[in-house]
Amino acid sequence: MSGDPADLTIAEAAAALRSGALSAADLLAAVRRRAGATEAQLHAYLTLDVEGAERAAEAADAALSRGEDPGPLAGIPLAIKDNMCTRGIETTSGSRLLAGYRPPYDATVVGRLRAAGAVIVGKTNLDEFAMGSSTENSAYGPTRNPWDPDRVPGGSSGGSAAAVAVGSALGALGSDTGGSIRQPAALCGIVGLKPTYGLVSRYGLVAFASSLDQIGPFARTVEDAATLFEAICGHDPSDATSYRGVPPVVRPTLEAGPEGLRVGVIAELAGEGNEPAVLAAFGRTLEALEVAGAEVREVSLPSIPYALDAYYLIAPAECSANLARFDGVRYGRRLPGDTVEQMMAATRRDGFGPEVTRRILLGTYALSAGYYEAFYGRAQQVRTLVIEDFARAYGRVDVLVCPTSPTTAFAIGERTEDPLAMYLADVCTIPSNLVGGPGISLPVGRDGAGLPIGFQVLAPPLGEAVLLRAARAVEVLAGFAARPALATSEAR
Amino acid sequence: MGYEAVIGVETHVELATRSKMFCGCPNGFGAEPNSSICPVCLGLPGALPVPNARAIEATVSLGLALGAEVAPHSVFHRKNYFYADLPKNYQISQFDLPLCRGGHLDVEAEGGTRRVGLTRIHLEEDTGKSTHLGASGRIRAAEAVLLDFNRSGVPLMEVVSEPDLRSPEEARAFAAELRAVILALGISEARLEEGQMRFDANVSVRPEGGSGLGTKVEIKNMNSLRSLQRALAFEAERQTGLLSAGGEVEQETRHWDEAAGCTRAGRSKEESSDYRYFPEPDLVPVALEAALLDRLREALPELPAQRRARYAALGLDAGAARLVAEGDGYGPLLDAAVAAGADPRQGANWLTGEVTAHLRRLGITLADAPLTGAHLGELHGLVAAGRLSATAAKEVLAGVLEGEGTPAEVAARRDLIQISDETVLEAAVAEVLAAHPAEVERLRAGEQRLIGFLVGKVMQVTGGKADPRRVSEAVRRAAG
Ligand SMILES: [Zn+2]
Repeated sequence: MSGDPADLTIAEAAAALRSGALSAADLLAAVRRRAGATEAQLHAYLTLDVEGAERAAEAADAALSRGEDPGPLAGIPLAIKDNMCTRGIETTSGSRLLAGYRPPYDATVVGRLRAAGAVIVGKTNLDEFAMGSSTENSAYGPTRNPWDPDRVPGGSSGGSAAAVAVGSALGALGSDTGGSIRQPAALCGIVGLKPTYGLVSRYGLVAFASSLDQIGPFARTVEDAATLFEAICGHDPSDATSYRGVPPVVRPTLEAGPEGLRVGVIAELAGEGNEPAVLAAFGRTLEALEVAGAEVREVSLPSIPYALDAYYLIAPAECSANLARFDGVRYGRRLPGDTVEQMMAATRRDGFGPEVTRRILLGTYALSAGYYEAFYGRAQQVRTLVIEDFARAYGRVDVLVCPTSPTTAFAIGERTEDPLAMYLADVCTIPSNLVGGPGISLPVGRDGAGLPIGFQVLAPPLGEAVLLRAARAVEVLAGFAARPALATSEAR
Repeated sequence: MGYEAVIGVETHVELATRSKMFCGCPNGFGAEPNSSICPVCLGLPGALPVPNARAIEATVSLGLALGAEVAPHSVFHRKNYFYADLPKNYQISQFDLPLCRGGHLDVEAEGGTRRVGLTRIHLEEDTGKSTHLGASGRIRAAEAVLLDFNRSGVPLMEVVSEPDLRSPEEARAFAAELRAVILALGISEARLEEGQMRFDANVSVRPEGGSGLGTKVEIKNMNSLRSLQRALAFEAERQTGLLSAGGEVEQETRHWDEAAGCTRAGRSKEESSDYRYFPEPDLVPVALEAALLDRLREALPELPAQRRARYAALGLDAGAARLVAEGDGYGPLLDAAVAAGADPRQGANWLTGEVTAHLRRLGITLADAPLTGAHLGELHGLVAAGRLSATAAKEVLAGVLEGEGTPAEVAARRDLIQISDETVLEAAVAEVLAAHPAEVERLRAGEQRLIGFLVGKVMQVTGGKADPRRVSEAVRRAAG
């Protein structure tokens, strides 16, 4: 076949595997070659599961040669963010505290991908415990952006985004607590989907903020993202917050187009505060939608300015409890101490990086006696207001849109000294985590420096069908086909 | 001036569910350390809790039994504190929306019944167990800590009483009555020696008959009814002493030292905890449907107080009624015996007397013994028909408890059956009277003591197998 198999979409690769034009072993080898050529610069992966991936590829080839249909993901090389547990394979969550930790079980999503025949290439880099917007907070060093290695890939799922963008995986899983799938997807020029809270099991996801965390896919096309979503969604009895009904059916309406689609532009997020190039690409996309028959109107969500504040109370509060278990007693790294308390304190002081420590302290403070109502209690009230605002808006429009990130990829080190500037990177993505509805980012253009620009579509909870239909329409209209320099470089 | 104590008790009860509170691990006592564990109860990264519906139902059942208000929506909270045997360093517990609020338990106290109000009943998970190794065995000086997480995540129900108790004896009676209710519901084995039921208490003292409340002290670490009573007695005495001497009681947490027989002030660091409660985001609120509540209400068994009242109405004295109502398995056995025709008082006497004594001799419990209600009914029939003497009945009971068979089988095998055939009895009497005409004449002349002589002779003739009462009647009849 022509071209490098590492550049195929999942749909293309699946077809080639079925037709016999390509074997899963060759596809894995191509993806490995791409990783071999790019990892020294990118550092997308923390761990490669060489043997496990080979076994899975062999199994897929065997099933295909027997004439079986092992499913749409059979033999497809995928990457997993390193905050999802993989049985027997190191799972660090980007933290020193979990160096060498090998979970005794697979996260539910990992189990579902394995059952679907996927080939899990390895575990990808992330901001420590998924806290960050640049993947610079990883204890194992930053991941770089395949479009420009001097820039960040976004975060916290930066490793997964970079791997898919560069072709060292055909798809990947990330987790999104405040934008950690959509923002790196935007900065790396690929598709990133955060499903409705509860549609994808969190069992086996190292928790950051339980009421906001959601696992979702990265892919190079909307259709591929839909395929991965279908594979991982559905009720899981091990997750008490998992949705019990039938998940939305997305495929029949995927190609339904923009005609008649009611699109609301979020006034508070689609104007000031965005870089001009981002606004320009966003505006062009809206025009194209309108020309193609969508009804585009502006919608105001007055609670949005407070969403970021509420998020930075709720998420740290939950994280302060979720991360309490990392004490060196039962697993992970342990520092000595004269008493158990001293041992725990030393282990935690040494093990957590500065951003994680900052959020644990913030959250502990927000939950403290005398402050609970003023901080955590108030933040929950704001969350309710945001939910109501969105519900009202969805009474008038099918989807809401805004830029995914106010800027394109920023330089490594540019914001590390300024946590507030870093927090603003998620201003457009955070509201839908508070609401619980799905959101997707897809590339619609590039700025003057050639860096990709993301377009975000949001839908009400369980609205994946209309969300993916709108995203697919935007994908067709935008015609984004560029690949990052590293993926196409002949110098590799 | 006299002082009275004002006491509230917090009781922790491990529920006897098959699996733990938030995972599928078996909930059992005595397994090898760290053998009943999984990612959830070990607090591994990524593991999530799933609530045990049976534990929720058990807690609601207790609430319904005690007249509590069951919350239609209840919420689990995280209670945050660091401790080596608390795997997540937070405990999933309940805070402002417990499963049950209110309700009461009537306790028999000196001079009548004391109605003790309940504040709340909630559900949480138990911690693991720490064993501190070191020269002194004390926590601070420990050289190593061994951790066993088998108990981690075991469903733990907490029953909080209002400060309605007025003496250590009442507090003990309250705890005993609560235990009896829990056993009747079958929701816990409530074995005190295995820590399945543990107590904390709040106690203050005030001038007798007063209505204000003194400064209260919380006492922790009481693991038996006796230590609860002793600790409260010590503490009430200590506070009374302080106040009588013009001193003041300090609000604090004290720990009961069973060996030393006194309470000791805890470390201040432990008390200043701010638990930073917030709603557990890994769980959704518990919604209890009306149909479930109806089903649980209908399934409530007879409670100890009701059972005691019923037995009293059947003629049992208060002591026997309590023994039968609260002895493990006694009530159902007596009920079955009565259904099988036994006399309630006779049955209760057997149970509390010979049966209890013999079980103790055999070293087994009633549950392990082959005695049934039908056996007691049959035994009663044999006695009533005059085929067994009261003494022989006790021997038969022993035989049944030792597994020799039904009462009739035991009586036959041990040759205890009395002659009940009237013709045989009449013949024996006639034979004796014919052999002693002089004595018969004297009896007829009014010498009543000769009845005993003649009965003795009949007993001799029958080899001791006649019912002396009936022999005596027959002699009177024949000689009269
Ligand atoms: Zn378990």
